[in-house]
Amino acid sequence: MNNKLSIRKDWRLIESLIDTRSKILDIGCGEGGLITQLEKNIQAKTNGIELNSELARKAISEGHNVVQGNAEGDLDQYSNQSFDYVILSQTLQAMIKPRDVLIELLRIGRKAIVSFPNFGHWKIRLQLLLSGKMPITKGLPYAWYETPNIHFFTIKDFQELCKKSNIIIEKSIALTSKGKQFEIVSGLSAANLFTSEAIFLLSYQNYEPIKLQTKQKSFVSKSVIAN
Amino acid sequence: MDQSVNIINNSILDCSVAEFTNTSLKLDSGFELNNFKIAYKTFGVLNLKKNNAILVCHALTGDQYVTGTNPITKKEGWWSRMVGPNKPIDTNNFFVICSNVLGGCSGTSGPKEINPSTNLSYGCEFPNITICDMVKAQKYLIEVLKIDKLFAVTGGSMGAMQALQWTIDFPEKVKNIIHIAGALKHSTQNIAFHEVGRQAIMNDANWNKGSYIQKKALPERGLAVARMIAHITYLSDDAMHRKFGRKLQSRDIISFGFDADFQIESYLRYQGRSFVDRFDANSYLYLTRSMDYFDVVQKFSTTIEFFNNLNQHINYLIISFTSDWLFPTNENKEIVKKLNYFNRNVSFTEIETDKGHDSFLLDEPELDLTISGFLKNNFRKENNSE
Repeated sequence: MNNKLSIRKDWRLIESLIDTRSKILDIGCGEGGLITQLEKNIQAKTNGIELNSELARKAISEGHNVVQGNAEGDLDQYSNQSFDYVILSQTLQAMIKPRDVLIELLRIGRKAIVSFPNFGHWKIRLQLLLSGKMPITKGLPYAWYETPNIHFFTIKDFQELCKKSNIIIEKSIALTSKGKQFEIVSGLSAANLFTSEAIFLLSYQNYEPIKLQTKQKSFVSKSVIAN
Repeated sequence: MDQSVNIINNSILDCSVAEFTNTSLKLDSGFELNNFKIAYKTFGVLNLKKNNAILVCHALTGDQYVTGTNPITKKEGWWSRMVGPNKPIDTNNFFVICSNVLGGCSGTSGPKEINPSTNLSYGCEFPNITICDMVKAQKYLIEVLKIDKLFAVTGGSMGAMQALQWTIDFPEKVKNIIHIAGALKHSTQNIAFHEVGRQAIMNDANWNKGSYIQKKALPERGLAVARMIAHITYLSDDAMHRKFGRKLQSRDIISFGFDADFQIESYLRYQGRSFVDRFDANSYLYLTRSMDYFDVVQKFSTTIEFFNNLNQHINYLIISFTSDWLFPTNENKEIVKKLNYFNRNVSFTEIETDKGHDSFLLDEPELDLTISGFLKNNFRKENNSE
């Protein structure tokens, strides 16, 4: 949902947040580009989910463990805390229930890495203010009637949601539209103005996992729980 | 007498036959087969490391003639578009083994073969066979061929059941499986269809409780009807409509009678007729039964549930087809869900096609690409890491 160059940069940053030899689930893995990179550079053990069947098959035929499926329908098949990191790159804004997905990520993984386009960027704000129409930018290149991005939100919105959901932001990195990167300091509204894309490292640290009950699984430890 | 095995080249069957004597093959039913034979064919060359062997498991009415010319039908092998030199399962790189299943009728021990204790054809004296028994017999064959680990086991439909059974019974001997259009258990509807087919055979006056070979009159009509019913389940409504519609067969107007007015009728009659030339009615009973008995829901779970299992290394590729209503996507996905829940190496894709269950045998470029890439790259990965 973004152009290629910035996706690559996005991947480099994601890689920098991950310990070597981790077990990773990449949701929306496409044809497996990020997975390949993580396997090669940091010897990650990877699984992927991809909605588009053709892309999924491409990834499978590269020898990756990729399941054709949907981030909103197929995450419940994974058991609790079965990955070190769960990655959701540039996809949260396209989810029907982003909050549920976010909570699922941290049920499945010890940590979650989420990246998204920031709707609070000054250019977007200005476009809306001046033209009175929904903004179209490099990072969000679709007209309102055909965009897969159905939930627009800003860095501030996201920080609030994390707080509300008892999710800890371990690290947050901003990318400006020019590709510059800086760490987001919470409470500083300038970050929200200048970030075109944000990457968050999240965890549930210090919280009892029992709070994350889902419909089908109770939450104790690994494989002992029945469906 | 000692346990022994003899490999014979059968020129009529144009294949090899491994004859086991005094080898006790304990069947699920409790019966023990001491003398049995497995007819098989191999393609390509086993490499020095012996790590490039792929076992192809055939479906209900398949045989060992996976590629090349079938000496019985004089037609191309049943999966020759998938297996062969430069094909997705490339015999330039892989050593492919395909054996006729236990209970089959192409040279492996089954109801058609001679019972050594009576010197007559077994008929329904042959013991009941399960998918598990078939796999057990295949394992004997693999050992005879001196292969410690199969690089892959693959198959569609009943072949997929066997592939799955391999990962349960002999996980240490399998590195990859490609499971196409199968399920963890044979569904109620599928058992129902099989039962209708069996009833057609058993109600043929020639069936004679299975002893028709001695009487020299075969239950051909019953077997043909069984095949016609089954054939419908292998297609889809859309595919039948596309191929035949309501078109009439060699006539311009309907006959107001019960001839094959419609092309679909004529097609099914042809399918039924040509099937009886190559298949044994009793084998059809035995093999449909083996599928009905297939239910590894519990077993599969328990074999992957615990860490450090012998099957933790296995890469599972599960493939289904959108229009397959015999082994639909949701049943294939049950396997994927279990594997994901226990954190295994699993890949899954659903291929869009209107060709129904038979899609795995037909021209599906996406299936070819997925299988060839999966095999090639997993083979490369394995050899790099060694």
